Amino acid sequence: MHRFANPARFTRIADRVLPFVAVAALASLGIGFYLALFVAPGDYQQGESVRIMYVHVPSAWMAMFIYVAIAVASAVALVWRHPLADLAAKASAPIGAGFAFLTLATGSLWGRPMWGTWWEWDGRLTSMLILFFLYLGHIALMHAFEDQQRGYRAAAVLALVGVINIPIIKFSVDWWSTLHQPASVLRLDGPTIHASMLWPLLITALGFKLYYLVLVLLRIKSELIAARLRALDLAKLSAT
Amino acid sequence: MTEIAAFFDMGGYAAFVWPSLGLTLVIMLGLLLQTLRQLRVRQRRLADLEAQGAQRFRRQPGAQTSTTGRQS
Repeated sequence: MHRFANPARFTRIADRVLPFVAVAALASLGIGFYLALFVAPGDYQQGESVRIMYVHVPSAWMAMFIYVAIAVASAVALVWRHPLADLAAKASAPIGAGFAFLTLATGSLWGRPMWGTWWEWDGRLTSMLILFFLYLGHIALMHAFEDQQRGYRAAAVLALVGVINIPIIKFSVDWWSTLHQPASVLRLDGPTIHASMLWPLLITALGFKLYYLVLVLLRIKSELIAARLRALDLAKLSAT
Repeated sequence: MTEIAAFFDMGGYAAFVWPSLGLTLVIMLGLLLQTLRQLRVRQRRLADLEAQGAQRFRRQPGAQTSTTGRQS
């Protein structure tokens, strides 16, 4: 792991990998959206409104996945002081916040015609809203201190404490079965969703994941340059 | 209804399906553009600073040439 700690090495590897990941992301997003819009059937209960699922569910998966990634990076940063771990967490948080927001917004747009309400204080909805606030708190803490390392440490602690919310989101539909439907893909006895909907969903979800990979590589690269700029500014200050 | 109109009507759910897809595209594209713009700005600043640094280094006593530094 520490072999990738060298910024120059990281940038070199990222530059080599990025074109391939970007093409793969574009392809799977293109195919996924095409299948979701033109090939997948309407739902026998929900009609065409079920097409919202193809952006809602991958967004929700990404919001949770990115949060776990940030928590892992934070643990690595706190325990081993790996220099790239803080930057990976910092680079990921705005993307995760974007997906958490999309989950809430598309969920609301789906809930209105299906449940008759934009919002309900249901267990799943509330815990997802908390996830969104955790992201905002993480971003705010990262920038809250003059001493950057202190901000990174505070944000890492928040990320680790907040990770308790992830299993709560996952199991909220079983614990409080008020409004949101239970899992139909990630369940122990296998997916209950029909294959004609499962495949478009999985391909779109893969596209979302690859999109995140592209963005996080670009943003870590960008953070490394920012760190270099700060070092150069300091050197200039001390020279004059 | 024509086939195209039926597609855009989304079985009567057009007002919910299209904003969902649109919002997703706006957020994902927006994040990508913001990331690329920030990266480009930082890369340009770093290139400028390094050019300045190189110039100053050449001007130091003992240095031979001072006319080839890139202006910024």
